[in-house]
Amino acid sequence: MLAGGAYTVLAPGAAAQENPPLSSAAADGKALFDVSCVSCHGRNAQGVEGRGPSLIGVGAASVEFQVSTGRMPMARQEAQAARKPEVFTRDEIDQLAAYVQELGGGPVVPAGDNLHADGNVAIGGELYRINCSQCHAFSGGGGALSSGKYAPSLRPATDRQIYAAMLSGPQNMPVFGDNQITPEQKADIIAYIQQTLKDDGDPGGLFNLGRYGPSTEGVAIFLVGIVALVFASLWIAGKS
Amino acid sequence: MKRRKFDVAAVPGNTARAVDDRFQVATPLRRLLNKVFPDHWSFLLGEIALFSFIVLLLTGVFLTFFFEPAMTEVIYNGSYAPLRGTPMSAAYASTLDISFDVRGGLIMRQMHHWAALLFMAAIVVHMLRVFFTGAFRKPRETNWIIGSLLFWVGFLAGFTGYSLPDDGLSGTGLRIASAIMLSIPVIGSWVTAAVFNGEFPGTIIISRFFIAHVLLIPGLLVALITVHLGLVFKQKHTQWPGPGRTNGNVVGERMFPRYAIKQGGFFMVVFGVIALMGGLFQINPVWLFGPYEAWVVSAASQPDWYVMFLDGSTRLMPDWEITIPIGEGYVIPPLFWPTVVLPGILVAISLLYPFMEARHLKDYRSHNLLQRPRDVPFRTGLGVMALTFYVILTLSGANDVIADKFQISLNAMTWAGRIGLLLLPPLAYYVTYRICLGLQQHDREVLAHGVETGIIRRLPDGRFVEVHQPLGAGDGHGELDYAGWVVPKKMNRLGALGPAIRGFFYPIERPAEAPVSPGHPPVEPRPEREEITSGENRP
Repeated sequence: MLAGGAYTVLAPGAAAQENPPLSSAAADGKALFDVSCVSCHGRNAQGVEGRGPSLIGVGAASVEFQVSTGRMPMARQEAQAARKPEVFTRDEIDQLAAYVQELGGGPVVPAGDNLHADGNVAIGGELYRINCSQCHAFSGGGGALSSGKYAPSLRPATDRQIYAAMLSGPQNMPVFGDNQITPEQKADIIAYIQQTLKDDGDPGGLFNLGRYGPSTEGVAIFLVGIVALVFASLWIAGKS
Repeated sequence: MKRRKFDVAAVPGNTARAVDDRFQVATPLRRLLNKVFPDHWSFLLGEIALFSFIVLLLTGVFLTFFFEPAMTEVIYNGSYAPLRGTPMSAAYASTLDISFDVRGGLIMRQMHHWAALLFMAAIVVHMLRVFFTGAFRKPRETNWIIGSLLFWVGFLAGFTGYSLPDDGLSGTGLRIASAIMLSIPVIGSWVTAAVFNGEFPGTIIISRFFIAHVLLIPGLLVALITVHLGLVFKQKHTQWPGPGRTNGNVVGERMFPRYAIKQGGFFMVVFGVIALMGGLFQINPVWLFGPYEAWVVSAASQPDWYVMFLDGSTRLMPDWEITIPIGEGYVIPPLFWPTVVLPGILVAISLLYPFMEARHLKDYRSHNLLQRPRDVPFRTGLGVMALTFYVILTLSGANDVIADKFQISLNAMTWAGRIGLLLLPPLAYYVTYRICLGLQQHDREVLAHGVETGIIRRLPDGRFVEVHQPLGAGDGHGELDYAGWVVPKKMNRLGALGPAIRGFFYPIERPAEAPVSPGHPPVEPRPEREEITSGENRP
């Protein structure tokens, strides 16, 4: 009797409680969602079997990454959504993010456009090489995964997109939550990507050969070195 | 006082006489300076390798002044900010110093690396020339073997050099090398422990690779190159067939002065191309790779191009593990087949090919005249077949980069490589064989009927025939013998041994006069040849 009474007091009133009303930004986001996203992610973002996953609990970070890089809305169902020009404006992305956030919570990217202001590139480089280079490669140029999936190039990514990707683990990327890589370490990694990988200016020459390593270097030695020298030997042997 | 007259013009002669009085070198030197070299461009491909080897020695010596071959851990404090404060080996730190703090160090490092890639590429291209023209036949089998060994020793030189900076990429390569050694049955673990002085990576491997890379392997290369060139001198060059060229002579130009000057110039060109590549194209940016740590592996980790075929064969190999039921079961890992057995077979075939071909053709005579690739379809076919095999393996070594950049599934690339490796080489053999036969047939046709003129004539009965210009004298219906050399196939090449007007970028109008020998009367100047043109006059 006492236990039953305690249960009635403490248990969540699942049936009784109404969903809290959406904020106005989230309501605008829901309107956008019901036009552009509902066909795959389903009503109330609960997902559609075989088409799109549920968005309950993925958080604003996930929306921010997927929509601001143009990956969502997806062009077609394939191994992986590709980066393309974004469909929604900054404000619309914020509204969609607010809607998904209010549906089930989840990770949120901190405010601000510069998230690497106090990052340390040396620590960031070490963390990058340990955690990121397996897929995105030393140079941040990206790499292949199995069956048509791939790790994209980091060159076009903004601070917020990199941060959101680490928080939400989009597509085939693992989640790097704040308990694995702290927010300070995330700032270090972003600093390494933005300051070193993008802006080091390739001290080795005018052409960096895409920084793909020995594969493009091998192409260059034949297309440039051997071709030039075969022409030179044709020229010299002709001088008799 | 009478001033002694100083005759400048007599200085070289007097000096030469003084040298000869003391050392008696005139007779051997004359033989040497008069040595005749053939003038075809394809004979210069081996020189590219020789000259890039010289560049390798020069730049390599520079690098040893600053490189520290040790694995002791240091904290980097040089001028490359993103690595400052990072613990790393002394080898990697000194490589960073060479790249950022030593004046001219980065271009020297890049030139050294480009020269290494060029050395191996030129060896392969030179080897293809020798193979496809049959220059390896008796009496030159030994030089073919030495040349093949030069490739494999160069392979070792490249791999040890690639490992020295101890960066993230080369450490990954070294890890794979240790796995390959471990995969050898029975002796594998002993070999690995001996090379690394215990477990991978140990603390000694960079020092050992350093002494191998700067002393043992270059010493071996110098020795092999010396014997290679000595044999070329002793056995003389091969040459293409042609007027006046027989199995018993060499037609070409004397070594001194023209050939020597041309070769000096060619060395400058090779040096210049390497320097340009070292300055313009970034190679092996070790600062991006970071120090080697066992837990750091990057996507798109590849070896240099000449090792990439082994990477490719490893990627294509199915995971077939052989368990032999001895004791608790002895396992031969799948890595053993593509990285130990396959290169072993390739070395054996490449070394023995001259003997296998001679045995197959029952041809044990000496050959100093080359063969055109089309005239020996089976050899040309085999060569293209081997080349296809090698190229598929090399492309498969980079299949993740290709898959990513051309948006192909990596799995599809692997299967395309597996199927292609079995299907394409025989197909390449067949296609090459047919092309050779077609080219042969066209040569014979031109010899029999003459050159196609492009003039179509209509006969009174309405038929169209193409007018051929006969090559031979008379009515042009007598078939000429094929001499193993280029058959003229264009109108304006008729009657000329080579192009009638010499010059590469612009025609040199007057052909060079024949030199006048003091013992013989002057030769009549040869009559001006008129080029057969379309009727427009060259300004």
